[in-house]
Amino acid sequence: MRRDGRHGRFAATGICGLAALLALGLAIAGPLRAAPLVADLSKHLVAITTGFAGTDVLLFGAIDEPGDVVVIVWGPPQEVVMHRKSNIAGIWVNTAAMTFDRVPSFYSVASSRTLDEVASDVVLSRLEIGVERLNLPLPPAKASPNIARNWRDALIRNKQRLGHYGKEVGQVIFLGESLFRTLVEFPANVPTGTYQIEVYLLRDGRVVSAQTTPLIVGKIGVEAEVFDFAHNYSALYGLIAILVALVAGWLAHVAFRRH
Amino acid sequence: MQIYLPIAEISLDAFLLLGLGGLIGFLSGLFGVGGGFLMTPALIFIGVPPPVAVGTEANQIVASSVSGVLAHWQRGNVDFKMGSVLLIGGLLGSTFGVWLFAVLRSVGQIDLVISLSYVTFLGIIGSLMFVESLRAMRRRRTAGTSRAKLHKHTWVHGLPFKMRFRRSKLYISALLPLGVGFLVGILAAIMGVGGGFIMVPAMIYLLGMPTSVVVGTSLFQIIFVTANVTFLQAYANQTVDVVLALLLLAGAVIGAQLGAKASVLLRGEQLRILLAIMVLAVCAKLGYDLTITPVDIYSLGLNE
Repeated sequence: MRRDGRHGRFAATGICGLAALLALGLAIAGPLRAAPLVADLSKHLVAITTGFAGTDVLLFGAIDEPGDVVVIVWGPPQEVVMHRKSNIAGIWVNTAAMTFDRVPSFYSVASSRTLDEVASDVVLSRLEIGVERLNLPLPPAKASPNIARNWRDALIRNKQRLGHYGKEVGQVIFLGESLFRTLVEFPANVPTGTYQIEVYLLRDGRVVSAQTTPLIVGKIGVEAEVFDFAHNYSALYGLIAILVALVAGWLAHVAFRRH
Repeated sequence: MQIYLPIAEISLDAFLLLGLGGLIGFLSGLFGVGGGFLMTPALIFIGVPPPVAVGTEANQIVASSVSGVLAHWQRGNVDFKMGSVLLIGGLLGSTFGVWLFAVLRSVGQIDLVISLSYVTFLGIIGSLMFVESLRAMRRRRTAGTSRAKLHKHTWVHGLPFKMRFRRSKLYISALLPLGVGFLVGILAAIMGVGGGFIMVPAMIYLLGMPTSVVVGTSLFQIIFVTANVTFLQAYANQTVDVVLALLLLAGAVIGAQLGAKASVLLRGEQLRILLAIMVLAVCAKLGYDLTITPVDIYSLGLNE
């Protein structure tokens, strides 16, 4: 529920960015402190272009009084099918499958202190802070709690191996008492879609303020056009692919006949 | 130099892909095989999703086969009549194969079937070829000038619908090349190969074609079968990455030309024993991978 239907906000991010910069300036300058928490990103669009090999996005902000800052990056939710192998007559075969309806395609956490210092387990669980506290329900009819736990852990393990879930909690670094920043790292195989970045300000283990900022990860330029074309005009795409191959093969032949 | 592949949705080094294409293109030109049975596992190994590897490889084989077949055509080494009959079987088989691929993918068994198909077919073909070419080499050494019989008469020659294939100097039932074409077509779609490594031995040992026309004819029909697979995979599964295919084929078409020239330097049985060793090596590697305990018995499926 928290992560849904916030696309409208994207239009307002330009203003938000401006406000964040303004607030930063004010925080440095002096006593006028309107909001308890202001944060923004160095960019709101991660463009996947030809040379894309992963990227970092800087998240920065300011708080009015000392406290802890926790940042969560949520990738767009997706349905995930998992398989389990068994050894049959010496070879490993997929023998069981399980479908998770709603899994964040990307997830990472950064915090100013270790998570258990920031808040109690109850609070962390409610906000789904930390991979082990992710809410990944399975249909109860399909799996007993014990088996569901195995599937869940396996899902997280596989996502971490893929680089889509953070293995460790990242660092939120404070510059003085009010300014903070953290680097959000995206690998080359980052899933595309609309991300939500949640920033929490906690004091004495309680959430004082929260802010959500959207981030778009998308293919841009030729890559996007090829992808769209392949999906929207797949028959034509197939024919062009064959034509390109025929011409390339013929060109190579002609080039080599000369020598 | 990293390059982002739009359909595979990963970044890979462009020079790695060019080099891989060149190396496998050379082998494909040398042996008259598409090289898919090496390229598809190699692509999966460097991180390309298996369905994209299979679809893209079909596209790349179209290009390397065109450049290969033109070289053989000029030397008159293509039996177009035989190629056309093989092709009819191939088109039917590959269409059925693409459908089978989609079904297996949806039940989560495609990886296993791909691996098992590789182990089975590479194992059988590799062993047969190895033994035969070893025998041929020994015969050459001991018998000197004495020649083997052109072909033996078996049950195969009793089949109906006989056709004359002038270029291959054969008078056999059309059902035979039709069946071979169909079987290889299925494998082309499922394994992401042109099927040359099965087609070439089948033409020599099953159909009894002269070695000189085998490679050219095999390449000729592979063009159309892989074009069919490319189209169907692009249309049904959107798994053909043109950027990846272009990089691979840039290397492969050049490699194939060099390979075709180098093939003149070796005798038929020498070529066959080298191919047999390579086929058996790939088979052993894939077979071994099936039996070792996986890093994680749980794995992510395809999110469709």
